[in-house]
Parts: sequence; structure tokens; C-alpha cells
Amino acid sequence: METIELTVNGERVQRDVPSYRTLLDFIRNDLGLTGAKEACSVGVCGVCTVLLDGAPIAPCITLALQAHGRSITTIESLASADGTLHPIQEAFVRYGGFQCGICTPGQIMSAKALLDTSPRPSEEEIKDWMMGNLCRCTGYYKIIESIQRAAEQETVRA
Amino acid sequence: MREFSFHRPQSLDETFDLLERYGEDARPIAGGTALVILLKERLVQYEHLVSLRGVPGISGITVDADGLRVGGTATHRAMEVSPEVRGGWPLLTETYHHVATVRIRNSATVGGGLAHGDPNQDPPPSLIALGATVKATSRAGVRTVPVEELYRDYYDVALEPWEIVTEVVVPPVPAGNATAFIKFLPRTANDSATVSAAVNIRAANGKCEDARVGIGAAGPVPIRARKVEDALRGQDLTPAVLRDAADLAREEVDPLDDIRGSASYKRDMAAVITRRAMEQALQREQA
Repeated sequence: METIELTVNGERVQRDVPSYRTLLDFIRNDLGLTGAKEACSVGVCGVCTVLLDGAPIAPCITLALQAHGRSITTIESLASADGTLHPIQEAFVRYGGFQCGICTPGQIMSAKALLDTSPRPSEEEIKDWMMGNLCRCTGYYKIIESIQRAAEQETVRA
Repeated sequence: MREFSFHRPQSLDETFDLLERYGEDARPIAGGTALVILLKERLVQYEHLVSLRGVPGISGITVDADGLRVGGTATHRAMEVSPEVRGGWPLLTETYHHVATVRIRNSATVGGGLAHGDPNQDPPPSLIALGATVKATSRAGVRTVPVEELYRDYYDVALEPWEIVTEVVVPPVPAGNATAFIKFLPRTANDSATVSAAVNIRAANGKCEDARVGIGAAGPVPIRARKVEDALRGQDLTPAVLRDAADLAREEVDPLDDIRGSASYKRDMAAVITRRAMEQALQREQA
């Protein structure tokens, strides 16, 4: 067992973890943040996407130990305390960006990282960035549209 | 996975202490995107993981008289977005962008990828075409290994357990050289290639002065296609010459049947993709 200290959604967290614990298991089981999901377990599908120091990663193939001293951001951090949705979440709701919802937290976290990096992405840029987030339900068009609308909103806001 | 000790050395000296002490029971870990999968699947087991994250001086990307100097723990993402790389080695900007997805690129490192020894990866053919070398560093010193000599067999590279890749050096690309990298993959975009090819051709008045060709995903190791290169050197770069030279790729590759294609298909495609890479490089340079 080893003690790790990290920032999770803005708050300092300290826990003891066995060496073999993945960051995804840590987030879901040790922290109870079940927004990030597990599907492929090998870093291919994107449903586990969270941000590590602001950049999207696959916590299913990252050790919790590797997050020591770093900062992670999960889907649970996006809505405000009063329940107001983040513009990206709002867009996914309004424009049909999800059906069953299992890939959605990962889609939204990847989209957030994209818009943080490139606030007005072209459709090609969106497809290129988002290609690591698989979806079995929507056929992707609505996801792309939701991200485009969210980008427009954020530009209007800023 | 079984429990293991996770070490966080803060210097190269500390790193070598650990690797020497624990030998084959230890493995360096940087991004971990390949290693953690192997550990989870129980394909490998180590009692000690040595994290390179805290070791200073081996994660930067700089340019000097020797060319591009990439620290072993620089990420694929850093390569993809680096203005220095785009300015002098745009082939590498394009190549590193092709790797997997942005999530993997944020974690996976240049040195870690090479040390992993997977012949299906995207960077090796381009690094070979650009004449890149690897600095394999231990307490005893630094060995300089051309990328094409690093690979011995599937997942088997010429690195001792007490060595780490501290740097990859890519010489300057002479102005006017024609370069291209083509990743041929009939399946999803974040997969490994069925076959990939990278070329670096220097020509004057339509005649080839020098050529370097790297081919990936077509055998147990990424290869430098010397027969193809020899067939180009000194020749006028006509379509027939390109086609005949690229055909020699068939003799240089040693592919396996797998889900990305049969061995015979990959052999055929090695010739096709090598020729297309040459054509694309020469067209871009003329433009």
C-alpha cells in the first residue's frame, strides 16, 4: 500500500492504495465518482476519459500511483453546485448528443478538453480529436453537432 | 496484477541505482500506456516499477546544431504540437499525430514507445527515414543506436535492463528533401497500420542523390529498406524507377498473418504504400 495525494475536481485528496490499482478503479471505487465508466479496459474506447492536469487520458491504463501530486478532473465537476449544467452538457441535452448515456461522460470530458485547447474547432478537428470516444447508439452526428453548438455558445459567452 | 514496489527516482543516478539493483525484476515506466496493459493482462510481471516522471532533463524538445533533440520522456502529444518539430521536421509532426488517440498521446512517451519494441507503431519508420538515433544511457555512459538497429525481434530491443532511452536525436533535414509518411489502415483510424512507409529523398534535377526508406508493421521489426534505397540512388526518378524500387520492398518485409491482413496482402501492400509514399513526397516537394 502507498499513500497518494492529489487534487480531484479542485479538492485535495489523500488515500492509501495498493500498487496495482488503476486510476479508473480509484476514481470509481475509492472516490465514489462513477461518472467515468469502464468498457474496453485497454484504453481504446474512451468511456473512461478524465482530465489529468487538464489533458484527456485513459485512467483504465494508468496506475493510481501515477496520479500522485497531480490534478484530475471528472464529469462530476462540470455542473455548478446549484445544478446548472455546463454549456457542453447543455448542448448534449438540447441537440441529442446521447442515447443510452454510457459513453457520454467520456465524450463530454474529451469535448471539454478540445474546446479548452481550440475554442472554435472545425468539423474535421472535432472528428479528429474525438475519434477515440466510441459510441454504439448515436452514429456520432449528434455528438459532433452538440460540440459545434457548445463551441458557438462559449464563443458568444466569451 | 500483483503488488509491486513503485519507485520515484529524482535523478538519473537514482534511476540507475534502482535498475542495477533490481535488474530483470524491475522495469522503467513513463506514460505506462503499453506497460499497464501488459501488467493488467498478466503478460508480464515486475516486482519493481521505476517511474521516470520525476527525472529532470529528459522530457524536453530542443533544437541545436545536432538537430532535433527529444527527451526520452517527452510525450507523443508534445511532439505533435511542438513548433520546433513542425518547423524543421514536419514529417514527425504528422507521424506522431497518427498514433492512436489524443488520450494515448498525452501519456505515451517517445522513449517509452521505442523501448517497448512494438513493430506496428507509427514513429519508427519515420525516425528511420530521418536517420534518427537513440541515446541508450546507463551509469557506464551513453550508447548511440540508430533506430533501425534498435529492434531485434517482436517486443525485443537492444536495451539492457539498466539502460534507459534518455534522448532521440534527429539530424536536420536538408532543404529540398522530399519526405512523406503513409499509414495504410483499412480499419479504424486509431488502430495500428496494416503496413506503413516513410521516405526521405534528396534529388537534384530529377536524379536521386540519396534516399532513406523505413517500413513498419510488416514484420517482427520496423525495417530500413536498403534494397529499395539502393535502387533509387543515382537514378532518374521516373515512375518506372519508383515502381521497380518500391517492388523490392516485397523482399525486405517479413509480415505475419493477423487481423490487419494476411502476410501476402501485407507484402503486396508494402510495395504499393512505399511507392505511394515516394510519389507523395516528390509531389509535395515540387509543389
